[in-house]
Amino acid sequence: MSLGTSENNYELVSGLEIHVQLNTNTKIFSADSASFGALPNQNISTVSLALPGSLPKLNKEVVAKAVRIGLALNCTINQINHFDRKNYFYADLPKGYQITQDSQPICINGFLEVELADGSTKKIGINRIHLEEDAGKSIHDQDENYSLVDLNRAGVPLIEIVTEPDIRSAEEASALLTEIRKLVRHLNVSDGNMEEGSLRCDANISIRPKNATDFGTRCEVKNLNSMRNVRRAMDFEFSRQVEVVSAGGKIIQSTLNFDADKGTTSPMRTKEEANDYRYFADPDLPPVSISDAWLAEIKSLMPALPNEIWRQMVADFGISKADAALFAEDLSLLAYFNRALPNVKNKKSLINWLVGPVRAILSERGISIANFGVKPEQLAEALNLVDEKKLTQQIAIQQLLPAIENHDTEDVVKLAESLNLLISTNSDDLDGYIDEALQKYSQQVEAYKKGKKGVLGLFVGEVMKLAKGKADAKKINELILEKLK
Amino acid sequence: MKKYSSLKGIQALISQKQLTLPDLLAYYFKQIKENEHLNAFNEVFFYSAEVQAKAVQQKIEEGNAGKLAGMVIGIKDNICYKDHIVTASSKMLDGFVSPYSATVVQRLLQEDAVIIGRLNCDEFAMGGSNETSYFGTVKNAVNPDLVPGGSSGGSAVAVQADMCLAALGTDTGGSVRQPAAFCGQIGLKPTYGRISRYGVIAYASSFDQVGPITSSVEDAALLLEVLAGADENDSTVSPLDVPAYSANLNQLEPKRIAVLKETMESEALDPEIKSAILESIESLKAQGHVIDYVSFDLLDYLVPAYYILTTAEASSNLSRYDGVHYGHRNAEAKSLTELYKLSRAEGFGEEVKRRILLGTFVLSAGYYDAYYQKAQQVRRLIREKLDVLFQDYDLILLPVAPTPPFKIGDNMQDPLVMYMADIFTVLPSLSGNPAIALPIGNNKANLPLSIQFIAKHFEEAQLLAFSQAFLSL
Repeated sequence: MSLGTSENNYELVSGLEIHVQLNTNTKIFSADSASFGALPNQNISTVSLALPGSLPKLNKEVVAKAVRIGLALNCTINQINHFDRKNYFYADLPKGYQITQDSQPICINGFLEVELADGSTKKIGINRIHLEEDAGKSIHDQDENYSLVDLNRAGVPLIEIVTEPDIRSAEEASALLTEIRKLVRHLNVSDGNMEEGSLRCDANISIRPKNATDFGTRCEVKNLNSMRNVRRAMDFEFSRQVEVVSAGGKIIQSTLNFDADKGTTSPMRTKEEANDYRYFADPDLPPVSISDAWLAEIKSLMPALPNEIWRQMVADFGISKADAALFAEDLSLLAYFNRALPNVKNKKSLINWLVGPVRAILSERGISIANFGVKPEQLAEALNLVDEKKLTQQIAIQQLLPAIENHDTEDVVKLAESLNLLISTNSDDLDGYIDEALQKYSQQVEAYKKGKKGVLGLFVGEVMKLAKGKADAKKINELILEKLK
Repeated sequence: MKKYSSLKGIQALISQKQLTLPDLLAYYFKQIKENEHLNAFNEVFFYSAEVQAKAVQQKIEEGNAGKLAGMVIGIKDNICYKDHIVTASSKMLDGFVSPYSATVVQRLLQEDAVIIGRLNCDEFAMGGSNETSYFGTVKNAVNPDLVPGGSSGGSAVAVQADMCLAALGTDTGGSVRQPAAFCGQIGLKPTYGRISRYGVIAYASSFDQVGPITSSVEDAALLLEVLAGADENDSTVSPLDVPAYSANLNQLEPKRIAVLKETMESEALDPEIKSAILESIESLKAQGHVIDYVSFDLLDYLVPAYYILTTAEASSNLSRYDGVHYGHRNAEAKSLTELYKLSRAEGFGEEVKRRILLGTFVLSAGYYDAYYQKAQQVRRLIREKLDVLFQDYDLILLPVAPTPPFKIGDNMQDPLVMYMADIFTVLPSLSGNPAIALPIGNNKANLPLSIQFIAKHFEEAQLLAFSQAFLSL
């Protein structure tokens, strides 16, 4: 039997181990700050340093965050779970062991559905999510004779999300990671920043003939620190393994390093993988017990998930999925929307403004809506003025919104009045402007009367100019048509 | 004969102005000087103790002193005291200054105890004779050729030889009770989780408990009262309220006491200890206590289970002493691996290395199930068995050590002989129950003998009240 040599005869089988650094204020087992960017060894105390006699003390916020992500990934929450010690020596691991969860992780048996480019969806199983502490950092390039150790990161909380080997392509892996990054941000669990190492990924990769049901021998590729590298590593590893197997060789189970410069994988030194971690339950920490009440509290404090949000918005407001997704992926935008909503007369206009002109203003300034100087209630009032035809949309956006930002006033209507931005409702004024305009363009009036109806816009524009924009174009239109009858 | 044997006596003298705390401290300094050959102290805190003594004397005069005002106490050299050296009697930590205080030290100071120094012990509390200390063997004050027991040997001898009123030890498998027994003192191991371990250098985390060594039950009760109770920094401490142990020492009803038959029938048990215990049993009966002999068929499993579990935990707990961040570091190492190997080879003594190796082995892939997991199961069985016994009995009676203090050097050649001597003390260590060693006179060679009582979890109040009555028989 020939399997053929083409990559088309094989499929990729992969599962990911995704490390997510949680964005708690303090470390997982001490009151030391967990913030990024401090000077080396500033965020350390007895626990981070593993001084004699020091003991870990669990930060409950870490548990709550892990449960949030577990619920979002449709996991079963192990309401009794415990910590284990993973024993190994390294310079940036001051205790000589890492506190992690081995036999009883906090979440198990979940799944996530991701959408692929062709519009199809793929369900990827989540095997487990466990809690652990990060190690410190060894710095090898700052001193000629010594390696330096920075323990600021030692003890920063991590969760590791382990998927089932359900991934069949680099695209699926990348879609999964993108979705998880979106979720951790949405749930305020992590900043999800791959460049700063808040989101890191290892990939278990194997191949098998298409239609086969057994798994091939897998290799674990470590240190994939960008979405792009995940794709590259998978593509490279797939080709490599197909080549080995096609040539009659066997895949040897091993741990590989991804070289981002070359785009290739290479085996780690065997020494690095010969560890026997001697896991056992950490006797310094009692089992974590998540009571029904605590679980209910965590659930109640969880924001709606992105999928729920966009589906709801599409249903409630009849907007497009693309527009709805903008709210689902930006909780501050959603919060802004929800604050403005009770105050507006036309809900659809509010959405249109937020995904249109307001979004343009924000992206031009490169800020989030949380930093927008116009409060939701003020935006609602400006919008209402436009909907009531008391203000043109153009003036509202170009003049009133900046004015609101620059004025310390709550009353938007008064502000618009005082700045003389409101549409003139006085027909006499408009009459005057129309006469003036028609006079200016008398030749065109003649043309119009001979059937060249297209010039109407010219008259309207001129009237608008004379009214300094504070007029309702529709009304001008009507009045001019009346005059030209 | 000791000059001072209880805090109450000292406080009376101070309040009658017959004694000041600085004078008392000077007396103990003199005692320490005279007993230097016993090698009980790794360091005497001359300066900080004197400062503290003066400050407390002032407080006494002002009438706002704490519960322990007048108590001069020594701490085992594995308990951290801010800005003081703590070594665990190991070369590994020789000269290491702790930047923080253990919870027990904070609580002692808060109640105005004076901490006189740090006491010699077996290296990292691993040993039963105080012969594994990097700073030399401690000698029994009864006879300097004999061991004081261990691992809190310095703590026991310091109290025995009147070098301080009381001492703190730590008890993992008998390290408070057995030296107290060898030195004729009272040694209490509280329930696991009663006293914070924060700042206590770990040997085996699920066993270690701080315990007092005293000459009176009253002082043990008072110390427990001060030291026990919830601690923000140790999540294995029980949140249970701390009873006023010292105020309730006189409430005694007849007890139902179980004597573990196999312990009394053990071939290893010294005949003089046996007969002394039998005598105690008779007088307890005469006092109206009900005594039953009950079978405990797990005796043979105690020592193996204890050594598998404690060495496993120790192998992990002692990984932090790697020469990188603090402690002994080999200066010639050329690589990280070499640094680890040389620093640890030089920094640890033989017994510590033996236990790290044993513990590493029992946790290793392929052996975990056969050793560590099995031992965990045995531990659970032992707990269950004791729980069943405690449904019918208030206390369990058994020996502390199978022999009186032995000669220095006698047991050092054969670790197994040394380990087997822990057989009676490891029982409550495995189950977590509180236990106390109480003196029951001397043998013909004038060596101290001792008896052990175990109580239900967190029933120290009952155990102490009973002990008080027992000693006044």
